Amino acid sequence: MKLKYPKNGKFGEFGGRYIPETLVPAVEELEQAYLKYKDDADFKKELHYYLTQYAGRPTPLYFAENLTKIAGGAKIYLKREDLLHGGAHKINNTLGQGLLAKRMKKKRIIAETGAGQHGVATAMACSALGLDGEVYMGYKDTQRQKLNVFRMNLLGSKVHPVKEGTQTLKDAINEAIRDWITNVKTTYYLLGSAVGPHPYPVMVRDFQSVIGNEILTQMKKLEKKSPDSVIACVGGGSNAIGTFYPLIDENTKMFGIEAGGEGVKSGHHSATLVGGSKGILHGMLTYLLQDKEGQISETHSISAGLDYPGVGPEHSYLKDAKRVKYDAVNDKEAVEAFLLLSKHEGIIPALESSHAIAYAVKMAKNMPKSESIVVTLSGRGDKDVEEVGRYLNKNVKNKK
Amino acid sequence: MSRIKNKFQDLRSKNQKALIAYVMAGFPSEKGTISAVRGLTKGGADIIELGMPFSDPLADGPVIQNAGFQALQKGMNFEKFLAIVKKIRKETDIPLVLMTYTNLLYRHGYEKFISIVKSVGIDGLILPDMPIDESGDFLKAARKYKMDTIFLISPNTSSERIKKIASTSSGFLYLVSVFGTTGGQQQFQNYTTHAIKNAKKILVGKIPLGVGFGVSNPDQAKFIIKSGADAIIVGSAFLRLMENTTVEKIEGKIEHFTKSLKKATISE
Repeated sequence: MKLKYPKNGKFGEFGGRYIPETLVPAVEELEQAYLKYKDDADFKKELHYYLTQYAGRPTPLYFAENLTKIAGGAKIYLKREDLLHGGAHKINNTLGQGLLAKRMKKKRIIAETGAGQHGVATAMACSALGLDGEVYMGYKDTQRQKLNVFRMNLLGSKVHPVKEGTQTLKDAINEAIRDWITNVKTTYYLLGSAVGPHPYPVMVRDFQSVIGNEILTQMKKLEKKSPDSVIACVGGGSNAIGTFYPLIDENTKMFGIEAGGEGVKSGHHSATLVGGSKGILHGMLTYLLQDKEGQISETHSISAGLDYPGVGPEHSYLKDAKRVKYDAVNDKEAVEAFLLLSKHEGIIPALESSHAIAYAVKMAKNMPKSESIVVTLSGRGDKDVEEVGRYLNKNVKNKK
Repeated sequence: MSRIKNKFQDLRSKNQKALIAYVMAGFPSEKGTISAVRGLTKGGADIIELGMPFSDPLADGPVIQNAGFQALQKGMNFEKFLAIVKKIRKETDIPLVLMTYTNLLYRHGYEKFISIVKSVGIDGLILPDMPIDESGDFLKAARKYKMDTIFLISPNTSSERIKKIASTSSGFLYLVSVFGTTGGQQQFQNYTTHAIKNAKKILVGKIPLGVGFGVSNPDQAKFIIKSGADAIIVGSAFLRLMENTTVEKIEGKIEHFTKSLKKATISE
C-alpha cells in the first residue's frame, strides 16, 4: 500500500506533468535537486535546525479534554500545527523548499496563496534564508484576508493581487505558473500544497510528513498505540497528506474533510473528492470540480484556504484505493466548530481546520471512550475572526 | 496526405513561407469569428488556428486570456465550436488547427473528442499543456483518426528532446519563440534566433518549423523568417485588432493586416 515514490511521477493514474514545454527542464532540474538533497546529511541538518529553532517544532499533541467531554465519546487530541511560527503548518514546506532553492542557486522565489498562510510562510522563509519573495494572491482573497496581505508586506515580500478568472487560489496558481514560464531560469516556484506537476506533490508531502511522524511518536508515548483515527482538512491537501502518509501502514482510520460550502448538493462548495470528477489542471491529473465539457467550476467555501477546485493527486489515489475516507463539512458546521473550540478550549482554530474539528466532534460521539482521534489543527484562526464576524452578522440578519 | 502537409509542400514549390493565424472561437462573437476567418483567407493566411476557450489558460498572456474569458461568458461551448468549424468548412478548404487545453479532450475522452472534431474538418491539434511524456493515449487516438499532432518546443528544450518531440509531431513543429506566455514582445533577443537555427539544424527538413508567441508585426515576421523559420504564427495581434471593432469591420481590418504579414513570408 505504501507508495515510496511515484512511478513516472504518478500515483496510479493520478499526478503526472501536464505542463508547457518551457517548464519541462525546470521540473526536471527540480526533481534532480530534490533527489540529491532530500537524504543529504547537511540538508537534513539545516532543515532540522530551522524547523526546531525557527519554526518551533515539535508541536504539541494536546489532549482536548473539554472538547472530548462535549462530544462524549472518543478522546480527541489536537496536533497543534497552529502553534508553529506564522500560525500554520505551511512553514514546514516553505523552509524545506527555501533551503532547496538556495542550493539550486535560485534567489527569486514566487508563490501562490489562498488564505494567505502559505504566502506568509513563504515570506518568512524568504526573509530568514535571504531570498526574494513575490506572492500571487487572488484579488477576492486579498480582500477577505487583508491581515495576511499586510503581514507579507511587513515580512518583505511583494504581493501581486490577481484579478483574472475567479480571483481566488486557482487563478493565483495560473498567474504564478505564467510568471515561472517567463522567468524560468532565475526563479524558483515555491508551491504551497501537495498539488501541481511532479515532483511537487511528492516533495510537499515529504516536507509535511513531519506532522504524521510526530503524531505517531507522540501517540505511542501517550496512548501506547497509533491513533485509532486521524482527521485533517483537505483543500489542496498538504496538511492532510503530511498527516496521513506516515500512518498509511498503521492500523489507523483516516478521514480527509473537504469544504462543503453551502452544501455539496447546492453546487456552491469546494468538495473536490466528494463531488468531483477526474480531469487535468495545474499540471496534474486528479479529481476536479468541472462542468461536463471540462471547464473548471467556480468553487465556494467560507475558508479561502480550501477554496480550490482541484486536490493533490495522492489524495485522488487514496480515495480510489479506499484507504482514506473523504467527506465534506459545510460553512455553518465549520463556523460552529470554530466557536466551540474557541470558547471551550481557548484555541481559535483556522476556518480550514475548523472543518476537521467539526467532523471530529461528530465522529467522537459514536466512538467508544477507549479510542482516540487525532485532529490536525493546521492553523490558527486570528486571520479569520473578521470573516466569521461577517458570517455571523449575515446569518443573524437573515434569521430576522 | 493531410491538408497541412499539402499546404507546406505547395508553399515550398512557390518558395514561400507559411503564415499561420490564430483566432479565438467565439470572440468577439460567433459571427465575429466567421468574419475574421474570411478576412484571414482573403488576406492570404495559409493555416488557421482556432482557439477553443478554457477556463484556466495557463500558457496564455492577457490578450488571449481575455478573448477566451469573453467567449466563455457569451456561452461558447463544444457544440457551438463545431458549428463554427462547419460554417468555415463550407467556405474554405484552408487547413484548420484546433488549439486548446488538454482537459477539454480528457473530459470527453481523447478518442471521442478527436473523432468528432476530425469529422467536422479539423486537421491538427495543439495542446500547450500536453508534453510528449504524457501523450500516450492522446497520440493513439490522434493516429487512429489521422489527426496531425503539433507539439511545442521551447528555447530551453535540449537537442535530444527536440528530436524526440519532432518525431512525435506531424504537420509542423511549434517553436515557442520566447520565455513567456502568448502575446506581443517589444523585441526578440539573440536566444530566439539561436533557438530557431538550432531547431532547423536538428530537424534537417523532416518537418516544418513554425515560430510563435510574441510575433505581432511584419518586421518581426521578417526577422523570424530570416532566422530560418518555415512559418510564423500570429495570434494576440489579430485578437487585439478585433477587440474594439464592430463585427462589420472585422473582415476588412483582418484582411488588411493579414496581407501585410503575408508579404513578409514571400521572399523578394
